Amino acid sequence: MSRKRLTRRQFVAATAMSSAALITAPYVRGAYAAGKLSIGFWDHWVPGANQASTDLVNEWAAKEKVEVSIDYITSNNKKIELTAAAEAQAKSGHDILQMPSWWPHAYSENLEPLNDVMEPLIKQNGEVNGTVKYLAQSGGKWLAVPATPGSQIKGPCSRIDLMKKYANIDVQEMYPAGSPPKADNWTMDTFLKAAEACQKGGFPFGIGLGETTDSVDTAGAIFQSFGAELVNAKGDITVKTDQVRQAMEYYKKLIAFLPPDAPSWDDASNNKWLISGRGALIMNPPSAWAVAKRDAPQVAEQCWTHGFPAGPKGRFAPFLPYFWGVWSFGKNKEAAKSLLVHLSSPSAIEKFVSVSGGYDLPAYANLTKLKTWAEEGPPKGTLFHYPDPYHQQTLSIAASPAPPKIAQQIYFQATLTKMGLRFARGETLEQALAWAEGECEGFMRS
Amino acid sequence: MADVVVEQGRVARAAGARKGSSLRNTLGRKSTVAFFLTLPLILLILLLVLYPAFYSLYLATLNKAMTKFVGLGNFTFLFKRETFWMVVKQSCIFAITAVVFKALIGFIVAHFVHNIPGKKQRKWRGMLLVPWVIPPAMSTLAWLWLFDPSYSAFNYTLSFFGVGPIPWLGETFWARFSVILVNVWYGAPFFLIMYLAALKSVPDQLYEAAAIDGANWWQKIWYVTLPMMRNIIAITTLFSLIVTFANFDIVRILTSGGPLDTTHLFATWAFQVGIQSSDIPLGACVSLFMVPILAVAAVFILRDVSKRGNEA
Repeated sequence: MSRKRLTRRQFVAATAMSSAALITAPYVRGAYAAGKLSIGFWDHWVPGANQASTDLVNEWAAKEKVEVSIDYITSNNKKIELTAAAEAQAKSGHDILQMPSWWPHAYSENLEPLNDVMEPLIKQNGEVNGTVKYLAQSGGKWLAVPATPGSQIKGPCSRIDLMKKYANIDVQEMYPAGSPPKADNWTMDTFLKAAEACQKGGFPFGIGLGETTDSVDTAGAIFQSFGAELVNAKGDITVKTDQVRQAMEYYKKLIAFLPPDAPSWDDASNNKWLISGRGALIMNPPSAWAVAKRDAPQVAEQCWTHGFPAGPKGRFAPFLPYFWGVWSFGKNKEAAKSLLVHLSSPSAIEKFVSVSGGYDLPAYANLTKLKTWAEEGPPKGTLFHYPDPYHQQTLSIAASPAPPKIAQQIYFQATLTKMGLRFARGETLEQALAWAEGECEGFMRS
Repeated sequence: MADVVVEQGRVARAAGARKGSSLRNTLGRKSTVAFFLTLPLILLILLLVLYPAFYSLYLATLNKAMTKFVGLGNFTFLFKRETFWMVVKQSCIFAITAVVFKALIGFIVAHFVHNIPGKKQRKWRGMLLVPWVIPPAMSTLAWLWLFDPSYSAFNYTLSFFGVGPIPWLGETFWARFSVILVNVWYGAPFFLIMYLAALKSVPDQLYEAAAIDGANWWQKIWYVTLPMMRNIIAITTLFSLIVTFANFDIVRILTSGGPLDTTHLFATWAFQVGIQSSDIPLGACVSLFMVPILAVAAVFILRDVSKRGNEA
């Protein structure tokens, strides 16, 4: 058996020729040279809003030569949460998955750090609010990027006429379109008096006391405005404090002026309450107003979205962001990061806000004065103060600043609304607090 | 027994034949054919029932972060939770009340339908089955609108009689009443159809003999109908108990477990704990708790059925 030996001279010649061929050859790029990318986006409730996402992704894909596939996943019945749970378990699925507020922390071990995406984005778009940092950062690591589609502030949406008539409050004067708010008197006390007046006038405030997010978010902002924390940032249980007692006393007084069936309200109930003309105020993003514009224009014309009342510890507004996360087991992480940068550019964000009729909210400080919010109507300027353009509120999420994995349980078990309801339904304050303390002890599992 | 005789005959003939034909004989056996015919179903059950069941057992032994084996730690944790015992109590109230009413209504209506002559009976049977054939997620949404906190059609109707408004889903009593009512509405047709089939199989001669002996309608039901239907009643009760205990959609759509957790069942609370609060091991633990409760019920009910089978 003969074996041909490769001489040193032949080896050098072959290597040089191959290198020369590689360098001088024309760069031929295939249609999908940068591979494939699979995306799971939240299925937007606004008609046409998904198309904007598709167009932005396709625009990026054509430029980057990436083959993309998008699934729009509804948030109805927690389909996104189920998808995230399944993908995290299977270590397989989409490359990018849009997930609701608490999920970046819940799956922090399975998410790719995105500091290299977030740091330039913050430089470009301005600082992100504290809630975004709280929900998407862990030990200096960015777990996800705040998504504009789906992110929302659940502030008050008031009826101009009813608030004037029964509570003697001119919400347009307090929050004028195009200029800073004059809301120094818009406090928790004023809010309570207005709630009582409107209830007596036959148009109670439509605030839920159920277990879904709208109810919990309002309760969270009220508690925070009194400085009430069930679990503090260190993870200590702080239920039996004066601040919590104060917040509970206030919440009980407010509950007395809410509709009697509020304990069974879900996230649709407050919308229906406003649209049907039965209430003077709800706590919601502009979705209720948008539906009213279509179904009950005479109600929509009287709606004005504005800031939350201030409590002894400040003015807090419930902020519920969505995030885009990149799975660490994803197959095309670099392409995923590149797409997230594209989707977070000012022009893309402006497009998201515009197609959603102002519903979608960017988390960046420099992008709270887009023209959509100034122009939407009727009445014109109704959404001007929705994104908190003058940064007069602390955007917060219920159960914060407890460590997110504990806070998530306080939030989804609706501990705040339940303890308030127990107190309002006849339990003593100490009994309600003891119950809440027991619940929080159970949430400490790791 | 016939099967065994055939098998023995084949074995006797095959004793003198060549070895190659033994495979053909094996494949030709009725039991082998039966096994192969059921194989797809066995594989399906292995894949969709047994694997998830064992996987949830495994999950139930992990810590919240799913990084550490904690043995029975999750179960002992649950025993100390007030809400867990409330869920156990509520699941029992829900399942037992709903099954009793479904059985009672099914039994009564089955008698009415049984006494309707020929063609008309078919129409009634079809109409009465409607609640059972509509997907419950859809029909429960219709119920939600009827119970709607603010715009309830029931309350609207009651207002004409000066009654209400009733907080159907906002007060514990009414919320429990509402979820049980919808479950009974959905499940009663199943009992109806099973009982109707059982009624049709009771020989007329028994009723004739009872009539000759001077039995009234109640005695006919007590001494003829009920003993003849006992096995069907037991099996349907067990089946319905399992399905009702594991109910999810009705409670989820109507109340999401509220107010104040007073309508949560095992499945809805497991979902809240496991999926919404991201504590999958604890969620698995909660759902596994249905197994021992249902196993005890199954043992009692099925033991009675086999006893009666042996007596027969």
